[in-house]
Amino acid sequence: MRSKALTNLELTESYNLPDQRGHFGPYGGVFVAETLMLPISELTEAYYRYMKDKEFLAELDYDLQHYVGRPSPIYHAERLSREMGGAQIFLKREDLNHTGAHKVNNTVGQALLAKRMGKTRIIAETGAGQHGVATATVAARLGLECVVYMGSVDVARQAPNVLRMKLLGAKVVPVESGSKTLKDALNEAMRDWVTNVDNTFYIIGTVAGPHPYPAMVRDFQAVIGRESKEQMLEMTGHNPDVLVACVGGGSNAIGLFYPFIDDHEVAMHGVEAAGDGIATGRHSAPLSAGRPGVLHGNRTYLMEDEDGEIIETHSISAGLDYPGVGPEHAWLKDSGRAHYVSITDDEAMQGFHALTRLEGIIPALESSHAIAYAMKLATTLAKDKTILVNLSGRGDKDINTIAAREGISL
Amino acid sequence: MSRITKTLENLKQAGRKALIPFITAGDPSPAFTVPAMHEMVKAGADIIELGVPFSDPMADGPVIQRASERALAHKMSLRKVLELVREFRLQDDATPVVLMGYLNPVESLGYQNFVDKAKEVGVDGILTVDMPPEESSELLPMLDKAGIDPIFLLAPNSTEERIAKMGQLGRGYLYYVSLKGVTGASHLNLGDVERKIKEIRKLTSLPIEIGFGVKNAETAAAVSKLGDGVVVGSALVGKIESAGEDTSLALRDITDLLSSMRKSLNA
Ligand SMILES: Cc1ncc(COP(=O)(O)O)c(C=O)c1O
Repeated sequence: MRSKALTNLELTESYNLPDQRGHFGPYGGVFVAETLMLPISELTEAYYRYMKDKEFLAELDYDLQHYVGRPSPIYHAERLSREMGGAQIFLKREDLNHTGAHKVNNTVGQALLAKRMGKTRIIAETGAGQHGVATATVAARLGLECVVYMGSVDVARQAPNVLRMKLLGAKVVPVESGSKTLKDALNEAMRDWVTNVDNTFYIIGTVAGPHPYPAMVRDFQAVIGRESKEQMLEMTGHNPDVLVACVGGGSNAIGLFYPFIDDHEVAMHGVEAAGDGIATGRHSAPLSAGRPGVLHGNRTYLMEDEDGEIIETHSISAGLDYPGVGPEHAWLKDSGRAHYVSITDDEAMQGFHALTRLEGIIPALESSHAIAYAMKLATTLAKDKTILVNLSGRGDKDINTIAAREGISL
Repeated sequence: MSRITKTLENLKQAGRKALIPFITAGDPSPAFTVPAMHEMVKAGADIIELGVPFSDPMADGPVIQRASERALAHKMSLRKVLELVREFRLQDDATPVVLMGYLNPVESLGYQNFVDKAKEVGVDGILTVDMPPEESSELLPMLDKAGIDPIFLLAPNSTEERIAKMGQLGRGYLYYVSLKGVTGASHLNLGDVERKIKEIRKLTSLPIEIGFGVKNAETAAAVSKLGDGVVVGSALVGKIESAGEDTSLALRDITDLLSSMRKSLNA
């Protein structure tokens, strides 16, 4: 069963987006400068070829099992569920992966692709630093040069991850332009890519960017949902009633959702960061409070002002602090297949503490948004209903942020 | 025939190369832009590319990024850039103006709304860095109807197929990006440019203006020989930045640089 879940890479049959040029309805596409068109078409060609290549898939499966530690378990959070007094909360334990988050599922895949394509240099953007660490990790293992762009605000608030990347041999470049967070790191990585297209592979960390990234990152992350389907069947005898995941760019959410898209009885709830509250304007919730536009190579919901300039976002969690969202989520929202909600910084902190105290699991601040929402949702559902939450990462990286917020000196 | 095409044909008949300066609208302040445009025309500019500032200028190097930030700090926007063009046209009905920027402000205004306003104020061409021809099927017919030229970028790694396609869809001129990199980069290789331009000429008869890496009178002269003209951006924007608050110094510096380029192009 273990290997079946892993090798079952064929795509869901009836839902078959994106189209050939990467569109999910009006969203997605390829909106980039001319110099990137050739490397993007080479990447697209290589990606679709290798996703059908038995040897490539076998190597990917091997790495996911033996290097990442898959499959990740599902855990029934019984005390937390009892405390809420409603639906049963289950956790997909992506926090137990090597490097501590779901991000590595994708970097292992893209790095194998980079190697197949003969690229010698890897670049990445990172917000929380989890994707940067996961990229530096696979680059170290494959002996590839690695440069990670990170907004200087994030460099300050995610210091432990900066050190981890450096120890792994990556060069971490603080980005001082714009809002100095994830979106600016992405801009800078794009500039690097356009300058070094011949030898460089850009490993994007979420389901954003130009096609094929949203589809490719989704397909690498879909192992989460494929495993979950089998595991929940084994544990409960049926599909979960509701899937819950936090949404920054949206990779852990789509990884969980995608294999369930055609199972219409399964509800899907994506949780954006409401920061200080949607009404304050200080948040990172484009699906809840933004409008469609074009940024970072695709059309999607964005946080922008009335002139189309991207506005600064806010979230306690660096990994959710992004003004855009993967184009497939924009489509799932418009089509009504998935439902998007938001959780404030304060609520996320409550979710963080609840899981830590009741279950002995310290979640990442990003994942704490999903936990907090699932706790609220559980109280509205009957005890025989099941909610599966993607616990996308562990919280060790966030202890400095939490200490500062709660006035604890280390 | 569009104002751009007419201008470039006249130059060709006179055996001259086009000099196309780029500045970011609203940098260092909105009041600077229109007078600077007039001065640049006096100094020998044939076409003006006016940068529309954007919060996330992914294809730009640090010099033009900072210009965008300065302009945005003054609340410059696509709507206001259009008003600057209207003001410029009060005194100059001859010099073509091309808006250069990113797609999102255009999406935000709405394609048809943007095209109508651009036509009304006298914009001649638009160059949208992150809108390749594949994603332009909605906007192109609107531009065509309004008589505004869509200008596409070609790069050192553009395939023959894409060059031919942009030759068909483009109007006015094609902008050849002389190197793989962002604006303001300087690793220009003339031999590579010459080879690529030869390839492009076989596939299209549109004029080819070459930009990225044109710094001074010498590079302008050398690069212009390979195509139909040069675009100079970061070198001018850098002068504006260095002058700081002293906008009359900025005006003097950019017109000096353009005059020297004009002389070397004519030589
Ligand atoms: C643990 C964790 N969860 C979630 C995210 C958000 O990214 P995405 O929405 O792509 O899953 C991040 C990003 O850094 C993260 O580190």
